[in-house]
Amino acid sequence: MRSATSLNIVTDPAADAAEGPNLALAPKPGVPPQASLAPAQSAEVPARRVAAWLRSALPKLLMTTLSLGLFIAFWYFATKYKLDFYIRFNNIPSPGEVWENAAYLAQSDKFYNNMYVSLRRILIGFGIATVLGVALGLLIGQYRLARGLLFPLFETLRPIPAIAWVPMAIMLWPTNETSIVFITFLGSFFPILLNTIHGVNSVDPVLLRAARCLGTSEFGLLRQVVLPASLPHIFTGLAIGMGVAWVSLIAAEMISGQFGIGYFTWEAYSLIEYADIAIGMIVIGVLGLLCSGGIRILGTMLMPWMAGSQHGGQK
Amino acid sequence: MMTPTDDTLSATGHILIDHLRVRFGSKAAAVEAVSDVSMEVKPGEFVSIIGPSGCGKSTLLNVVAGFVQPSEGTVSMDGKPTDKPSADRGMVFQQYSLFPWLSVRKNVEFGLKQKGLDANHREEAARTLLGLAGLLAFENHYPDQLSGGMKQRVGIVRALATSPQVLLMDEPFGALDAQTRVVMQQILTNMWQRFRISVLFITHDIDESIFLSDRVYVMTARPGRIKAEIPILLPRPRTPDMASSPEYLGIKQQLRDLITEESLKAMGGELKDSGLAGFDIEVGPKGVAELV
Repeated sequence: MRSATSLNIVTDPAADAAEGPNLALAPKPGVPPQASLAPAQSAEVPARRVAAWLRSALPKLLMTTLSLGLFIAFWYFATKYKLDFYIRFNNIPSPGEVWENAAYLAQSDKFYNNMYVSLRRILIGFGIATVLGVALGLLIGQYRLARGLLFPLFETLRPIPAIAWVPMAIMLWPTNETSIVFITFLGSFFPILLNTIHGVNSVDPVLLRAARCLGTSEFGLLRQVVLPASLPHIFTGLAIGMGVAWVSLIAAEMISGQFGIGYFTWEAYSLIEYADIAIGMIVIGVLGLLCSGGIRILGTMLMPWMAGSQHGGQK
Repeated sequence: MMTPTDDTLSATGHILIDHLRVRFGSKAAAVEAVSDVSMEVKPGEFVSIIGPSGCGKSTLLNVVAGFVQPSEGTVSMDGKPTDKPSADRGMVFQQYSLFPWLSVRKNVEFGLKQKGLDANHREEAARTLLGLAGLLAFENHYPDQLSGGMKQRVGIVRALATSPQVLLMDEPFGALDAQTRVVMQQILTNMWQRFRISVLFITHDIDESIFLSDRVYVMTARPGRIKAEIPILLPRPRTPDMASSPEYLGIKQQLRDLITEESLKAMGGELKDSGLAGFDIEVGPKGVAELV
């Protein structure tokens, strides 16, 4: 019973009032009465949990299958009967053709190379954007001088979509490869920068004052308080930035690429390999999804304190 | 109560405020928040400042902390001006100010890390202090998992970890419910007696100021001036049942009268003119309830 009440206090922020008695009972140095907390939790029967999970997840699973199934069925019949009602399915590959080509491409090194090249461009472009965007965002957010010098420039460049840079980038950079990476970088840089600045601006001032009272230096403040306090906003920027990075990459590859999954997709159109177009699209979607998932996983790893608050308050 | 031997033990943490004025804003539109305040906190002493809302008591504390510069006069600790924040003046805020991304223990270790202490010593010191405050079982929790009272206890422990000479507390229990607040006051008294450091404590709660302090300064409505200095000569350790003793009630009445006067002044003369004061109704800035 005792452990149950203390558990209550830990997880329920509204249990303030219950704290009085708990304190009175409590804690002589070195004798944590709440030590019994962990075993009590793990004592629950795992099988029952799995059953409960299945019961809650099953309807969702069924609906997902139905939703995707209907789409593929429509696709199948539309291509089989070559529907033509303003939208034309005459040249659209059927699911079966796509599947066949996919099985063939799965054996092809060239196809994997295209995926690899695209992923490498994303990693480099997005990686540089992350480092520069977060670093400059912290400086601009925290220091008036940096804001005064850099912000006007960035505000002028920001409205220009990354894709509009393609011709200029080709002239600017020595190789096609670097210009594509540059486009990818540009696409993700601004969302990351702006969200970092926003994160810095929304740091609770009392945290900065507390840190100063604890003897933190100016640089220490940036690294130990401003950066971690801005992380939730930074990760919002990274998630958005990753999306825009893919948009920019695919466009750049279609326009000026020699390799890459965007180039593959466009080339399939030129070579009348229509099934490959669908494969390129699906692969782009899956890769984008994986990259966003990676950002999310990184976020939960770097921000373990957010796990509790999301379950507790936000939703 | 202080004994002569205590003085040698804690000869540091002497705060001296001399003819302090603080003005905000540019010259023409300047607002005076603190007006000609002189006061002191002797080494190891527990001093409270009480006054109506907006009387400049937090500003005063911020000058001692080093966040606000004096417009006139001087504020010093042990002879040195308090011109910027430092770890030898620990501060506890009214708002929760724990770093949400650090566990309870890492929060307590934060100041020690700034001092360059290695990880083992930091952990040892933090665990000892958390044990004293009855929080050792929660060392690996994140602040969001704690109740309000626990957060403030961690805040106090964190401020004490760097061994400051003085603890500055800005209405630290203002956001807590009455029951939790009483427990927190007892814990604070225990910690203060164990650490023998000076405390400058801001509050608007009369009982809190009597229960905790050696001396209470009453401030006037804005611009804040020292209206009275009341020594609290109740013996220590103090217990909740002292609240019914004649000495306690005498002090409480005295403080209440002083503050009521200021609160009425703060609300403007109209209230008095309309005759409310004649009915023996106490009106504070937050209504009748605040002073009861």
